Amino acid sequence: MVPLEHVIGLSAILFTIGVIGVATRRNLIIVLMSIELMLNAVNLAFVGFNRLHPENLDGQIFVLMVIAVAASEVAVGLGIMISMFRNRDSVDLEEVSLLKW
Amino acid sequence: MTVFSFLFYLFAALAVVSALGMVMNLRNTVAAALSLVVTMISLAAIYVLMEAHLVAAIQIMVYAGAIVVLFLFVVMLLNLRQDTFAPGRQWLVKSAGALAGLLVGAQLVRLLSSPLPELPVLPEGFGGYRMLGISLYTDYVLLVEMASLLLLAAIVGALILAKRKID
Amino acid sequence: MPIEELIKTAVILGVVVLALAPVITWIERKQSAVMQDRIGANRADIAGITVLGLLHPLADVIKLFAKEDFVPQGANRVMHTIAPLIAAMPAIVSYGVIPFGGVYYFGDYRLSLAVADPDWGILYIFAIASIATYGTVLGGWSSNNNWSLLGAMRASAQMISYEVTMGLSLVGIFMVFQTLSLVTMGLEQDTTMRVFGFVERLLGFPVPAFLDWVRIPAWGIFYQPLGFVMFLACIMAENKRPPFDLPEAESELIAGFFMEYSGMRFGLFYMSEFIQVVVIAGLMTALFLGGWAIPYLDTDTIIGGVGSFFGTGFATGLCILLHFGTFMVKVVMMIWLQMALRWTLPRFRYDQVMDLCWKIILPLSIANILVTGAVMLMVRS
Repeated sequence: MVPLEHVIGLSAILFTIGVIGVATRRNLIIVLMSIELMLNAVNLAFVGFNRLHPENLDGQIFVLMVIAVAASEVAVGLGIMISMFRNRDSVDLEEVSLLKW
Repeated sequence: MTVFSFLFYLFAALAVVSALGMVMNLRNTVAAALSLVVTMISLAAIYVLMEAHLVAAIQIMVYAGAIVVLFLFVVMLLNLRQDTFAPGRQWLVKSAGALAGLLVGAQLVRLLSSPLPELPVLPEGFGGYRMLGISLYTDYVLLVEMASLLLLAAIVGALILAKRKID
Repeated sequence: MPIEELIKTAVILGVVVLALAPVITWIERKQSAVMQDRIGANRADIAGITVLGLLHPLADVIKLFAKEDFVPQGANRVMHTIAPLIAAMPAIVSYGVIPFGGVYYFGDYRLSLAVADPDWGILYIFAIASIATYGTVLGGWSSNNNWSLLGAMRASAQMISYEVTMGLSLVGIFMVFQTLSLVTMGLEQDTTMRVFGFVERLLGFPVPAFLDWVRIPAWGIFYQPLGFVMFLACIMAENKRPPFDLPEAESELIAGFFMEYSGMRFGLFYMSEFIQVVVIAGLMTALFLGGWAIPYLDTDTIIGGVGSFFGTGFATGLCILLHFGTFMVKVVMMIWLQMALRWTLPRFRYDQVMDLCWKIILPLSIANILVTGAVMLMVRS
């Protein structure tokens, strides 16, 4: 079987890629997708650690809850994006800077 | 190298490559969404390798099959074109990437040099729908109810946000 | 090397996909012709011998291979090419868990006529059906055409809505059979059940002897008639079968999301729809119509009866043939039903499709779960 630290390492790599996506991209869709990538990386870590302690299925249950949270966040995030697009006809994050000092 | 290890490294490499393809993609938003789907499916394959069968099925059904379709739907609806980095941001991206790579590399070196304990033997039906179902509806039934309330709030929120005019 | 699975996969791909799918195009033409009181397509011939139009699928395939394969101008070449593959893959891959026969024992060797039997067989079908959305969406978007895009967006909304109700309408069956694996469900439907058994629980006194022999086969449709109707509607909508074929609306959007496809790429979309017809029929049979089980004649009776004359090995072989034949007969019945539904009902409007899913089938399926649970509590303590 696969040693668990490789699974956790993969989760760390994916999480970092997601953070880079959120921090540097201008397109709101890519930012939302990078958030999904981060949530997936966290799910992988949960499942990996549950494999290490299989007395109960707490890790996998929490993964189900994370998937539910991700679904609701995507729904609301896409709604925000649609209303943003209707107001200013682009989803560029550089233009949404009214509150920037 | 056993079949399991080979499959795991294959799907891990696929996941990392498609995640990079999604984040680094500057030309085509739809291709970025499809790379995200490939990442999710390879993660589902890794879940199956770790005996989390129900979570793998739900990952494909919900994540890859509904959430990313919603992304694609909005991308097609709004007809989003390509993206550019803001002027002067190139150095930020490159230095952020380098710093992140250094940090992750250091953490990985530290992680891989101190191995975690051996993987224990799994009980019968681990990761199957029976154990998960019993656990969900007896120990964590409150969590299920809270998740349903959260989803209701998200439905109402998305409806209000995407409506045109509320007269 | 998993030789057994390879043989089973080869048989399924060869018999069902390559041989049955073209025959279904012929069934569609002939059945619609018979239902509409005309003759149908019967001109294709080899040296003057027309075989009732059975050569038309062959003519179709030859024509599709010979056509020019183009990508429209301004379209994304890569996505235009892979969209038919993504659309065809779920249809073919779904055959992996459908049980074409039961579980047989040749001495020590256990032979099951399903390619794979994971514990969560039905969830595999749901997961694969979720991936099928991408073929449609990509095909419509990558064609650089407004009407294809419209068809693709209608298709994606319809498909992701009906995935939800597809799962919910089957929860009653999961509760009754206590399993998610299709092979186990087939084994459970191999017996008969007493019709008046619930009287014992409700009224407290044992069933009189003259009513006790009334038994019906323990098929899913007798346990869950409403689930059968709802699941049929949902899976036909999921696979964009008429009357839910608004994404391909032939009289409105020309061909909807696969308008800009010609040649064998169109052939792939077209064939995948007919392969899905067989998958739908196979699923309905395995879940609701008792699968491979012959009514009133379960496996042990056959093997015991024939085996006492000719030996157990021969009896098991005969049983395999009988069960496979029964399964194919029921699949053909379900294919006939889908074709009849196609040519009887007019196409639904888009808002009618969405209303049906969210306002009618979803509450009904939840009520079905409630009633099934209540009845199970009363009858099986």
